[in-house]
Amino acid sequence: MSTILNLRHSVLPGFRLSFGITLFWLALIVLLPFAALVYSTVGMGWDGFLAAVGSERVMASIRLSFATAGLSALINLVFGFLVAWVLVRYPFPGKRLVDALVDLPFALPTAVAGIALTTLYAPNGWIGQFLAPLGIKVAFTPLGIIVALTFIGLPFVVRTVQPVLEDLEKELEEAATCLGASRWDIFRRVIFPATLPSLITGGTMAFARATGEYGSVIFIAGNIPLVSEIAPLIIVSKLDQFDQQGATAVALVMLGISFVFLLLINLIQWWAARRHGAGR
Amino acid sequence: MSIEIRNIRKQFGQFTALDNVSLDIAAGELLALLGPSGCGKTTLLRIIAGLEKPDAGQVLFGGADATHTHVAERQVGFVFQHYALFRHMTVFDNVAFGLSVKPRRERPSAEEIRERVMKLLKMVQLDWLADAYPGQLSGGQRQRIALARSLAVEPKVLLLDEPFGALDAKVRKDLRRWLRELHNDMHITSVFVTHDQEEALEVSDRVVVMDHGHIEQVGRPDDIYEHPATPFVTQFLGDVNLFHGRVDAGQLTIGSYEQALGQHQDADGDAAVAYVRPHDLDLTLQADGALAQGRVEHIHAVGPVVRVELQQADGQTIEAAVSKERFRALGIVPGDTVYVTPRKLAVFLKDAAGQQDYVI
Repeated sequence: MSTILNLRHSVLPGFRLSFGITLFWLALIVLLPFAALVYSTVGMGWDGFLAAVGSERVMASIRLSFATAGLSALINLVFGFLVAWVLVRYPFPGKRLVDALVDLPFALPTAVAGIALTTLYAPNGWIGQFLAPLGIKVAFTPLGIIVALTFIGLPFVVRTVQPVLEDLEKELEEAATCLGASRWDIFRRVIFPATLPSLITGGTMAFARATGEYGSVIFIAGNIPLVSEIAPLIIVSKLDQFDQQGATAVALVMLGISFVFLLLINLIQWWAARRHGAGR
Repeated sequence: MSIEIRNIRKQFGQFTALDNVSLDIAAGELLALLGPSGCGKTTLLRIIAGLEKPDAGQVLFGGADATHTHVAERQVGFVFQHYALFRHMTVFDNVAFGLSVKPRRERPSAEEIRERVMKLLKMVQLDWLADAYPGQLSGGQRQRIALARSLAVEPKVLLLDEPFGALDAKVRKDLRRWLRELHNDMHITSVFVTHDQEEALEVSDRVVVMDHGHIEQVGRPDDIYEHPATPFVTQFLGDVNLFHGRVDAGQLTIGSYEQALGQHQDADGDAAVAYVRPHDLDLTLQADGALAQGRVEHIHAVGPVVRVELQQADGQTIEAAVSKERFRALGIVPGDTVYVTPRKLAVFLKDAAGQQDYVI
C-alpha cells in the first residue's frame, strides 16, 4: 500500500487527494450501509438468523429470485445483442426513435412498467387473451417475473454492447473477408469474440439489477408463496411486520449470493482480458 | 497474375475519387501507387481487392473479368495500414485464420496448417511469437504478422495499403528493404499504396503517380524521377525551386538567363515555369550566365551535402544542395551574395502547368 501511495513522481497530480475522496465516497455510499446490514444481522444471533432465513418460503423466494434473474439476463444477452447490432449496423428510418426507446426501461418508474406488463399479460389482457387458450399463463407465474425482469434489464446489455460494436474496426471484417471467411465465420470468429467482454459486462449488470428488482415484479408476479414470491418481497413483507432483523437477514443472504456471482463473473472477465493480450 | 484496370470510375457523393483510370499491372511486378491524400490511390487499391465497387469500368485478373467477383473469391492478400489483426487470437491463430475458415473439404489438416503457419512465421522472423497476442507486439512486428496472415492463403495478388504508414522511420526503412527482398523471393504480383515518394521510388519496380482521381505518370522509379511528365509529378517527387520565365521557339528566357531547350520548339513567347531540384543547382561567385542571385540566409551543413538557403531580391527563397568540397571551395558565409546556375531544368509551359503552383 505504501508503495502505491508514494507515487511522488507520478505524471498525474492529485493521486492522493482523488484516491482519498474515492475511498471516502465508496465507504459512505456503499460500505457503510452494508456494514449496518451486517451489524444489524449479527445482533440476532445464529439461531435467529437460521430461523429467519431457513424457512421453506424464504428459501424458495431466494431460489426464484436468482433463477428468474439469471434466465432474464440470458434472454437479454441474446436480444440485447441483436438490438445493439441492428442499431449499429443498419440505417433505417426512425433509428433515433428506436435508439431512445431502448432507454425507456431505465427512465420508467418500475411500478408503471409492472402495471403495464400485467395489463398486457393478464389472462384477459391484450397478449394474455391469446396465450390463455394455449394454456400459457404469464401473469401471476414465474414466467411473468421473467418478462418483467427482461424488460428492466434490456438497456444494460444494449448500452454496453453498442459502443463496442460501433468501435469495431471495419478493417477487421474486411481482412477476414479477404482471407476467404464467410459472413457467418466473420461473425462467429471475429465480431462475437470482440464483443464478448462487453456482453459479459452487460449481462452481469442486467443480472445484478434483476436480482434486486421489486417494483415491476410485484404487480405481475401475483406473489403466491412458494411459487411466485420473490426475495425482495419477502424482505418488504418482513419489514411490514416490523421484523427488521429478519428482513436484514434475508437481505444479507441475497447480498452474499450476489457477491459470489459478481466475483465469479469478474474472474471470467479478468481471465478473458488476460487471454486477449494484456487487457488491450 | 496480371491485373488490368479499365476505365474505372468511382464517385463518393459529389467527390470524384477515380476519374476514368486505366492501368496494366504485369504478373510478378511490385507496383507503387503514389500520391497525396485524397488522390484516389487507396480507392483504386480497394477496387482491385473488391472491397469497393467501381461505378463504371472493369478489373481483370489474368485476363478474366473479376469486376463482380466477391472479395472472398478473388484470392487477394490485403495488408492494412493499421494491421487489422484479430486481437483475441494468438499470432498463430491470426496467421492460421485464412486456412481454418476454408470449407471442410478444402481445409488442410491441423498438422498441415501448423506446418504452414510456422513456416510463414519463420519467414517473417517471428516464429518465437506464435503464442503471443497482437497487443503484446510492436508496430513493426504486427505488420509482419499481418503480412504473414495475408500470405497464408497463397493469394495471387498482394495488396498493401500504406503498409508502413503507422511505423517510425527506422522500422519503416527496415521493413521496406525486407518487403523488397520478400518480393524478390516470392514474385507475387504486388501493389502498394504510399504517399511517401522515397518509399515508392526505393521499393517498387514501377511507380504510378496519381492526383485528383487520375494517373499523372507511370514509369520506372529512375525514369519518373529524371523525366517527370507534369509539374505535379516534378513537385511531388522532391524539393524543387521554381523559376518563372518565357519560352520562344525552344529558347528559355528567365530574366537575363537564356538556354536552348530540346523541346517546346513551337512555343511562341509562352509563359513557362522551370523546376530545378536543389542538387541540380550549382553555386558560383560569378554573375555571368547565372540563373538567379540571392543572399545566403541559412547554411545547413550536417551530412554529406550542404544545403544553402538563398533569398532573392523579391523575397523568394532558393534552396541549393552542394557537396562539402564545393562548399569549402566557395567559402561562403551567411549574408554573402551568390549566384546559381542550373545543371538540369524541367520546363513546363504555363497552360500545361495550370494556373496554380502546387504547394506540397
